[in-house]
Amino acid sequence: MVKLVIDGQQVEVEEGLSVLEAAKKIGIEIPTLCYHKALTPYGACRVCTVEIIRKEWSRLSAACTYPVQQGIEVKTNSEKVRKARKLILELLLARCSTVKPIQDLAKKMGVEKIRFPQEDKKCILCGLCVRVCAEVIGADAIGFVNRGIERKPTTPFEIKSDACIGCGACAMVCPTGVIKIEDIEDKRKIDRWHTELERAKCKMCGRYFFPQATIDYLKKKGAEKVKNLLELCPDCRRDALIDKLNQVKYESNLVTTT
Amino acid sequence: MNPRVLEKVDRVIDKYNKDRGMLIGILQDIQQECQYLPKEALLRLEDRLRVPLPRIYAVATFYKAFSLRPRGKHLIQVCLGTACHVRGAPRILEEVGRKLSIKAGETTEDFNFTLETVNCLGACALGPLMVVDGKYFGKMTPGKVEKILKGYRNE
Amino acid sequence: MGKIKTLKQLEDFQDSLVKKRDPNKLCITVCGGTGCRAYAWEELIRAFEAEIEKQGLKEKIDIRITGCHGFCERGPLVVTHPQRIFYQQVRASDVAEIISETLLNNKVVERLLYIDPVKNEKAIHEDEVNFYKKQQRLIFGNNGKIDPTDITDYIALGGYTSLGKVLSSMSPEQVTEEIIKSGLRGRGGGGFPTGRKWLYCRQAKGDIKYVICNADEGDPGAYMDRSLLEGNPHSVLDGMIIGAYAIGAKEGYVYVRNEYPLAVKHIKIAIEQAEEYGFLGEDILGSGFSFSVKINRGGGAFVCGESTALMASLEGRVGEPRAKHIHTVESGLWERPTNLNNVETWANVPLIIAKGAEWYSKIGTKESKGTKIFSLVGKINNTGLVEVPMGITLREIIYDIGGGIPGGKKFKAVQTGGPSGGCIPESMLDLPVDFEELTKVGSMMGSGGMIVMDEDTCMVDVAKYFLSFLQDESCGKCTSCREGIKQMLQILTRITQGKGKEGDIELLEELSEVVKETSLCALGQTAPNPVLTSIRYFRDEYEAHIRDKKCPAKVCRDLITYTIDEEKCTGCMRCLKECPQQAIVGERKKPHRILQEKCIKCGICYESCRFDAVKVE
Repeated sequence: MVKLVIDGQQVEVEEGLSVLEAAKKIGIEIPTLCYHKALTPYGACRVCTVEIIRKEWSRLSAACTYPVQQGIEVKTNSEKVRKARKLILELLLARCSTVKPIQDLAKKMGVEKIRFPQEDKKCILCGLCVRVCAEVIGADAIGFVNRGIERKPTTPFEIKSDACIGCGACAMVCPTGVIKIEDIEDKRKIDRWHTELERAKCKMCGRYFFPQATIDYLKKKGAEKVKNLLELCPDCRRDALIDKLNQVKYESNLVTTT
Repeated sequence: MNPRVLEKVDRVIDKYNKDRGMLIGILQDIQQECQYLPKEALLRLEDRLRVPLPRIYAVATFYKAFSLRPRGKHLIQVCLGTACHVRGAPRILEEVGRKLSIKAGETTEDFNFTLETVNCLGACALGPLMVVDGKYFGKMTPGKVEKILKGYRNE
Repeated sequence: MGKIKTLKQLEDFQDSLVKKRDPNKLCITVCGGTGCRAYAWEELIRAFEAEIEKQGLKEKIDIRITGCHGFCERGPLVVTHPQRIFYQQVRASDVAEIISETLLNNKVVERLLYIDPVKNEKAIHEDEVNFYKKQQRLIFGNNGKIDPTDITDYIALGGYTSLGKVLSSMSPEQVTEEIIKSGLRGRGGGGFPTGRKWLYCRQAKGDIKYVICNADEGDPGAYMDRSLLEGNPHSVLDGMIIGAYAIGAKEGYVYVRNEYPLAVKHIKIAIEQAEEYGFLGEDILGSGFSFSVKINRGGGAFVCGESTALMASLEGRVGEPRAKHIHTVESGLWERPTNLNNVETWANVPLIIAKGAEWYSKIGTKESKGTKIFSLVGKINNTGLVEVPMGITLREIIYDIGGGIPGGKKFKAVQTGGPSGGCIPESMLDLPVDFEELTKVGSMMGSGGMIVMDEDTCMVDVAKYFLSFLQDESCGKCTSCREGIKQMLQILTRITQGKGKEGDIELLEELSEVVKETSLCALGQTAPNPVLTSIRYFRDEYEAHIRDKKCPAKVCRDLITYTIDEEKCTGCMRCLKECPQQAIVGERKKPHRILQEKCIKCGICYESCRFDAVKVE
C-alpha cells in the first residue's frame, strides 16, 4: 500500500495505481481526453496534467501515467495546473475549432479566446480508436502513420482495410465523434477508414444487422457455443433467449444468464 | 505480387531470422534492394513476421529513411544541419529546387532526381553541403549547383 | 592468431606487436575521417600508392589510413613518420614531393605546413599547431595513430588491457565503484553520473540485462561520436564490455544513426575482429564472463536519440518515447534492466580503469570531471573536433583553439546543446565549460555541438530554424510538443516575415513555459530553450523585427532589399545572367538595376558580383 496526499487529503492505495485512479477513489475527477479505463494509459492529450510535489522538487506531470509513490503530494487544481490545462485546451481548440466536446471542455478550463490561427480538424490524436482496436478488439485494423504534425490514425496505405470487422468500437470511444458509422441497407460504411462491409441478414426476420465480418470474427474468437444466437438480429436474439431462459445455462464471452 | 520483389523480401527476412525486433533493419535492407518499400514487401512482412500491418506501415511512415514511393535515379541530399544553415544552406536547397522544378521530398517527372533534406551529415567543416549518390560536394554556393547537376542530367 | 584466453596472453601479444613495429619505419598516415574523405581523398590515396609503387618503395614505406584527427577545416591531413611532420590541405599533386623530400630526405615541404594566421608562424609538428595546443586529447588522440579497421593497432597501443585488468582482478562492484569515484558523467547530454546509473542497473531485479551504446547523435552540427566510432571503435567496445561486466549484462547493442555508413562499417569490422580475438563472445579472457554485441541502425529520427524512443526502435516499433517515471535501468529494452550510455561516455571507461579514478578526477572542475569532445563549427576559422578539459572557457575554445571568426567578423553567439540548448552571447564568453555553468545560463552541455555565430547571423532566424527542426522531428504523440511547437514556429515565422505583433514575445514565453513543463519527453521539454535564450540575450533583435520590421543581421528575406550601387557597378552583366528570375536589367558597361517586384532575395547576384556592387539593406 502506498500513502500519498491529494489536494490536501491523505490517501492510501495499492501500489501500481496511477495518480488519476487514486484521485478517483477519493472522488476527485481530473479532466481527461485520451484516458479510458479499459485501455492502457497513453499520456497523449496532457489534459490530466497535475502538480507532483516531492521534498526536493515540484513538477507537472500527466496523472494518468504517473504511478503513485510513497510520500508525494499531488495538486490537481493549483494555479500552475489550471494555467497549463487552459493553454493545452487553447491549443487543441485552435486545431479543432468546430468540435463541440473540445469547445465545451475549453470553456470549462477558462479559455475565452483563441490566440492562434484556427483550423478545422476533427481528430485530437488521442489514440483511443487505435488502442481499442488493438487492445480490446484485437483486430489491429488501424494505426498511426507519419509523425509530428502529419501524424494521424488511418488504415494501411489509407485504403480499405482487410482487418476491419466493422464492430464500431472505435466510434464508440472517440471523444470528438469524428468517426462516423453509417448503416445503409446491406452495407456498413466507415468512411474515415475507407472501409465498407457487408451486413449479415438475420436468420429469423431477414433484416440486416451487424457486419458479417464481426460475426465471423466473434466465431473465430471462440463464440462457437452461441453461434446460433450470433446469426440473429438483436430483437430476434432477445426473443430466442427468453425462450431458452428456463431451459439451458450458458456461459460464454457474450452472454451470462442464470 | 511481383515475384522478383517477393524473392528479395524473403531473402532479407530469412537473413534476419524472422526477428520482429529487427523490423527497421529489415526494412532498410529491403529499401536498399528495391530502391523504395513496395506495397507487396509490407504485405509479405505482415504475413511472415506475424506483425499486424498497421504497425509495419506505422514504422515505414515514421522514419525518414524509408520511402514508399519509387525514388529517382540520382538522390540529392542537401544538409540542413545548424552549421550548414548558418553558412547559407537554405539558399542551396532553393537553387536545386529551382533548377529541377521540384520541392524537397519530391522526384522529377523523368525520375532522374529525387531531392531530400538531411538534418546533419556530420561533415560540418565542408558546409554548406550537398551529397549526390553518396558523393560529397562541400563549400557549396548557389552558383555551383547547376554545374554539378549537369553531370547527372539525362543526355 | 586465435582467441586470446588470458590477460598474460594479451600482454605477451601486445609486447610482440610493439617489438614487431619499428617506430623508425617510414610511414604515411592519412586521416580517413568523413570530412577529409570528401576532399578528393581517394585520388590522394591512390597517388600515394602509385608513387610508392613507382619508386619501388613498397617494403620501405607504409601507408596507414587513420581515424579522424579533428582538424577538419584543413583536411586532407597527412602526418609523416617518424618525422611527425604535420601537413594540411594535401592534394594528389603534392604526393611525389612529400615522399622524396620528407620521407626520404627528412626535409619539410613548407607550403603544406599549417601557418598561424595571426602570428604568421609555421607549425611543423601536430602539437605546435594552435588548434591542438590547448586541447587535452585523452580520448580522441589515438585516432591519428591507428587504423580503425585493424584491431592490432589498438592492442599495440595498450588497448583491451583495461578489460584484462577488470576481468582478472576486479569484481563488478569494484568496477562500478571506480567509475563512481571518477565522477564520470554522461556525455550524451543528460550528464547523469555514469557510475550511479551502472549501480542502479546492477541492482535492478532480473537476470537478463542489456547495455546499449547510443550512437544516434542527432544534434545537427555535432559529429564527435561519428568520428570516435569511425576512428577508434575498439575504445568504445572496450568500455562497453567493461560496463556489461560491471552490470551483469550478456548482450549489448550499438545503435548507430542511419546517416553514418562509415561508422556502421567500422564498428562492424571492429566487432568481428574483437570476436575473432576473444574479446567478445563466450568466456572472455578466461574469466567466465560472456558478452556479445549487435549493431542496429537508426531509421532517420532525431527523437530516437532519447533513450526510451531508442529502445522502442530496437524493438521494431516507432520511436515514441514514454514517460520515464520508471527508469530504463529498471525496465528498458523488452522491459528488462537496460543501461544506455553515449559513445563518448563508453570511450572514457578504459581510460579510467587504466589510469585510475583518482587521476581522472583531477581533470576538470568540481562537478564535471574529465575532458569533453566538442564539434566546433559554424562561423569559425578552425572548424573541427576539439577535446578539452572541463572548465576551459568558451573564449579559449573559440579564439585560442578555434582561431576566431573568419573574415574579421564580430562574434555574436555560440550555441551549445543543439536543439535542446541555447545561445550564449559575448558577455558570457569567459564562462567555464561545465555541466552546471552551461545550464545556469539557460543552455546545456548537450552532446557537444558548439555552433559559432557572427554578426551576420540573425538570432530570430536561428530560433526559427531550431523550432522548424524540432517540428519535423517531433513524434507527434503529445499535444504540448506537437501543437505547442507548431504555434511557436508560426509566431516566429510571422516575425521574420515582418508580420510580428506586440505581445508576440510574451506569447512565445507563455507557450514556452507550458511546452517545457507538460511535454511527455525531453524533446518537447527542451524545445523552448533556443527560443528562450535568444529572447533573453537578444531581445532587441526580436523587437527590431516586430516594431521596426527590420532584420539587423540582414538575413530575413522579407525584411531586406538587394540594390545595386551604381557607383561601383561596372555593367559586366554577370548578375543579370545569373539571376534566376530575370529581375536585373541593364546594358553592358552601364549600371544595372534590380527590379524589386521580381526579386526573390536569393542572393545569387550578391554572390556573383566581383565588384562588391550589390548591397543588402
